[in-house]
Amino acid sequence: MPAFKIRAQGDRCLSVDFGSEIDVQTGLLCLSAAQALRLAKLPGVTDIVPSYTSVALHYQPDADSTLTNFRALSNAISSLLEAGIPSFTTDGREVEIPVCYGGAHGPDLAYVAQTTGLTEAQVIEVHTKPGTMVFMLGFAPGAPYIGVHDPVFALPRRDVPRTAVPAGSVAIANRQSTIYPNRLPGGWHVLGATPLKLFGLERTPPTLLMPGDRVKFVPISVAEFDRIAAEQQQDMSK
Amino acid sequence: MSIIVLKPGMQSSFQDLGRVGYQQLGIPVTGVMDTRAHQLANLLVGNDCDQASLEITLTGPTLEFTQPCCIALTGADLSPTLNGQPIAQNRPIVVRELDTLAFGQRRTGTRAYLAIHGGFKLTPALGSNSTHMRCEIGGWEGRALKRGDRIKFNQALASQDLEGLAQELWSIKIYLPTTLAAHARSRVRMITSEQFQDFTPQSQHALTSETFRISPDSERMGYRLQGPEITLSKPRQMISEAATFGSIQVPAGGQPIILMADRQTTGGYPKIGYVATVDLPTLAQMGPGDTFKFELIGLDEAQALDAQRSKAFAALAKNIASVRNHILKHYP
Repeated sequence: MPAFKIRAQGDRCLSVDFGSEIDVQTGLLCLSAAQALRLAKLPGVTDIVPSYTSVALHYQPDADSTLTNFRALSNAISSLLEAGIPSFTTDGREVEIPVCYGGAHGPDLAYVAQTTGLTEAQVIEVHTKPGTMVFMLGFAPGAPYIGVHDPVFALPRRDVPRTAVPAGSVAIANRQSTIYPNRLPGGWHVLGATPLKLFGLERTPPTLLMPGDRVKFVPISVAEFDRIAAEQQQDMSK
Repeated sequence: MSIIVLKPGMQSSFQDLGRVGYQQLGIPVTGVMDTRAHQLANLLVGNDCDQASLEITLTGPTLEFTQPCCIALTGADLSPTLNGQPIAQNRPIVVRELDTLAFGQRRTGTRAYLAIHGGFKLTPALGSNSTHMRCEIGGWEGRALKRGDRIKFNQALASQDLEGLAQELWSIKIYLPTTLAAHARSRVRMITSEQFQDFTPQSQHALTSETFRISPDSERMGYRLQGPEITLSKPRQMISEAATFGSIQVPAGGQPIILMADRQTTGGYPKIGYVATVDLPTLAQMGPGDTFKFELIGLDEAQALDAQRSKAFAALAKNIASVRNHILKHYP
């Protein structure tokens, strides 16, 4: 049974903490616990949000329920998790993300190459290495936190964030990648862009990516980017 | 049966109790800033509390009703009038065909709530009618109201005897228990976080002894505070995790930010504490320039206060059930 600690995040949320470092093992543990807790359908719990090292449970007080205070809910969660956490399962979801690196789509590729001492081609090679996964979604609807990249990508964020980063931009910082679902301010280093749409109400679920998805970045040309973007546009207008 | 927007006001958007259940996909909850006032408005017109209300900010809209209906206004007092005549807040009000609802000077609070019996006719997005303006989803076309919008409502009063209904509703005594009444508090109660001890002793002391001012760029996403500088004893690398309504984040600059209804689902700043849910409505009714002090309470106390308010709402719903019965007689 993995060690965990439960702490209150205010009076309507609690966090189950599984560690203090960003690594795949802890991430998978969080996803497994989130899945088990979701299946348990604890009364009053409205949202279960896995992140790098913890799982948050948002809950509502309910006159009919005895579970919706911190102590009672903590006890219920402890006994549930202590009984064992089945390993996280997706339907083996592996999502390919086509990325047009550099040029107008990736204004920071040269900077990242320079800072890491790699060539631009080597930066792309490191970024497309398999073995990364979606730890969590946040920041904006459908925006993934993908990791863990090679230590060579342990770059801090930009000193001065950009006020607007285009939709689809694929960016790195601190050995992680994110993808901007729409035009947003941001301080990560933009290596390229994907023509895929990350969030849309017409889709079920509404996000392209889900926590736990394995991610494979695939380099594409500008022409391919434009072609896929046009297809996406057509699908949208159907 | 519609409401025609003659003037939109500063920011009027439909909100309900939030888009719950999608935070793991990064989709913000949004929803009303002042849950208390929203729930009260719905109860007063005989609705369930999860019906969307119109959240009206500082400068109210001017709205024309094409059919008779029953409405209630709660929250901020923005000097509401019906055809130029002042109307009462916190009461069910009968509106006739072609009546115009308008607002004037702000007397108290920041956000007023307009509920209508039977609810507004909106298309839910992911199970909620809350407007998420940044992502343009939910509510009315994913945005705040504009001049010329015509928003349908679900039920119109069919009765010939609107005067009779108005009299009946006016004769009903509505007592708000103190737990549900909006009263100006100069203190906002909060619970400390597990990182509280990582802040300097001076910061810990200043947090509850000094006054904070809500800065001009505060809005539905978060309130930026101006006051004593709050600093960590030593810099700490934070890992992003779930965020909550009322989280008090402290970025490097030392000026806290309280996350509000439109907050992101996750955040990576150190947190010194959390505003107690029971005082979020108080905070929602404060605006830029308003000042307050924090008061520390324990988690058990915060949860007891929260539960007390839920119970008070349940009791009020029972007590004013007659309102619903009166109204229902006049609907087809």
